[in-house]
Amino acid sequence: MLKDITLGQYFPGDTPVHNLDPRTKLLLTVAYIVALFMVGSWGGYALVFAALAGVMALSHIRPRALLKGLKPLVFIIVFTAVLNLFFTSGEDVLFSWRFIKVTYTGLERAIFMVLRVLLLVSGTFLLTYTTSPLAITDALEKLLSPLKKLHVPVYELSLMMCIALRFIPTLIEETDRIISAQKARGADLETGTLPERAKALLPLLIPLFISSFRRADELALAMECRCYNGGQGRTRMKQLHMSGRDAVAFALGGLLVAGILILRKLGI
Amino acid sequence: MPLIEIRGLTHIYSQGTPFEKTAIENLDLILEQGGTVGLIGHTGSGKSTLISHLNALLKPTAGTVLLDGEDVFATKASIRAARFRVGVVFQYPEYQLFEETVFADIAYGPKNLKLPQEEIDRRVRQAAAFVGMDESVFAQSPLELSGGQKRRVAIAGVLAMEPELLVLDEPTAGLDPAGREDLLEKLFAWQKARGTAILLVTHDMSIANRCGRLVVMSEGKIVMDGTPAEIFARDGELVSIGLDLPGPARIARLLREQGVAVPAGVYTADRLYEAVLSLWRGGGAPC
Repeated sequence: MLKDITLGQYFPGDTPVHNLDPRTKLLLTVAYIVALFMVGSWGGYALVFAALAGVMALSHIRPRALLKGLKPLVFIIVFTAVLNLFFTSGEDVLFSWRFIKVTYTGLERAIFMVLRVLLLVSGTFLLTYTTSPLAITDALEKLLSPLKKLHVPVYELSLMMCIALRFIPTLIEETDRIISAQKARGADLETGTLPERAKALLPLLIPLFISSFRRADELALAMECRCYNGGQGRTRMKQLHMSGRDAVAFALGGLLVAGILILRKLGI
Repeated sequence: MPLIEIRGLTHIYSQGTPFEKTAIENLDLILEQGGTVGLIGHTGSGKSTLISHLNALLKPTAGTVLLDGEDVFATKASIRAARFRVGVVFQYPEYQLFEETVFADIAYGPKNLKLPQEEIDRRVRQAAAFVGMDESVFAQSPLELSGGQKRRVAIAGVLAMEPELLVLDEPTAGLDPAGREDLLEKLFAWQKARGTAILLVTHDMSIANRCGRLVVMSEGKIVMDGTPAEIFARDGELVSIGLDLPGPARIARLLREQGVAVPAGVYTADRLYEAVLSLWRGGGAPC
């Protein structure tokens, strides 16, 4: 079922990671991604892996949930590996057959690239697994608020994102319902040629569009009924607060980046 | 042979994730050919999950669903056959309308059955007549109709497939009382005329008490199964699992609490009237 898609899904919980300020988590994730690109040695990857495993243990996210999320990326990972393995030039040839040549540098680079992609995606998954989409939007809005001075409509953008995120589960549910209803009328979505299949999607897409417009109408009406008239001067029900926990998180993040830099310098 | 036989059905949603939820647990149910069955239960008792198994929309986590003695999930063909032999009308079916005209929308199911054009024509006209839709609206867009009419078109779309078992999930939700009565009468008339089986999912007891048999679900299990008289006689249990009683049964229950000897299993106005009248004549009632 569509409901079982885990990409970008939030697993509610009450762990030190869940309870961090979303701004902290967002900033640390960005720092993590940047740091990941500075890693150039086995020692560095081991350190990042250890950090990731630590955060996973703290947030009670099971490795299986993470692996399930990584499944759709298999193609990209294999593609990266193949590209690096066969198209890296170098002198230290490990193995060659006709025009195919695998070098030691290429092998190492392929492994590094795969590790990098895996760690990168896992890191961002941890953010979305432990932070609700609304909290991420809130954090983004807060972090981008200096841009308001430049007349960037930060508030409106975050509201749009908020509404879009809010309606993803609703629309998935709606899609599920319509699929069930049309299948019950004998709709065949699995077999047939490509044009036939595209045509078979019409009975899903048309009701879905109609209901999206209806929902947008209802939402606009509900917002107007509650006197919504734009972002000016609005306050929040849930204020974001940084606490000691966030300071600890930043310190640990700083240690990780420092560790990566030192290992890079030492070349381990 | 029963039309449908469910053995040891269990369904668990999102198995292996933190959202894991058991909707149905080890359920057995037999549905015979013909007749009207009411499936009642509180919200979240597993009714909707159960009906999605009847036409092979959901695959059981454990257990089997037999249609005419054959597993509906045996082959691709048997899944498809189940879709056509068991017609399911989901809640708020009007949101599934999509064709340009009312006629084309009702014809969608029969067309998927790959029937000849004359047969499709006949079925669409017959189904529309059963739900009381005039042929003058055939060329209109279904989206221009009123809510009640949309619902009828959507139900006609399933009737036109001429299923052997028609399942309706809350078919009268959101209709006004007159529209509700009208729709129910038409559905029961259709059932009588064709001799097919109807499974009505509802938590409206005034609908449930018109069925020949009632199946009560609670927390993914069948807790009661019998005639309305048998079911409504166990009024205390019904109330304890969060269900309502039909109006007359509620009055009978109140009377009993006051010490009036109304017999158990009184659930229609007529029977209540008779019971009270006989008590009155016998001089047994203090009121």
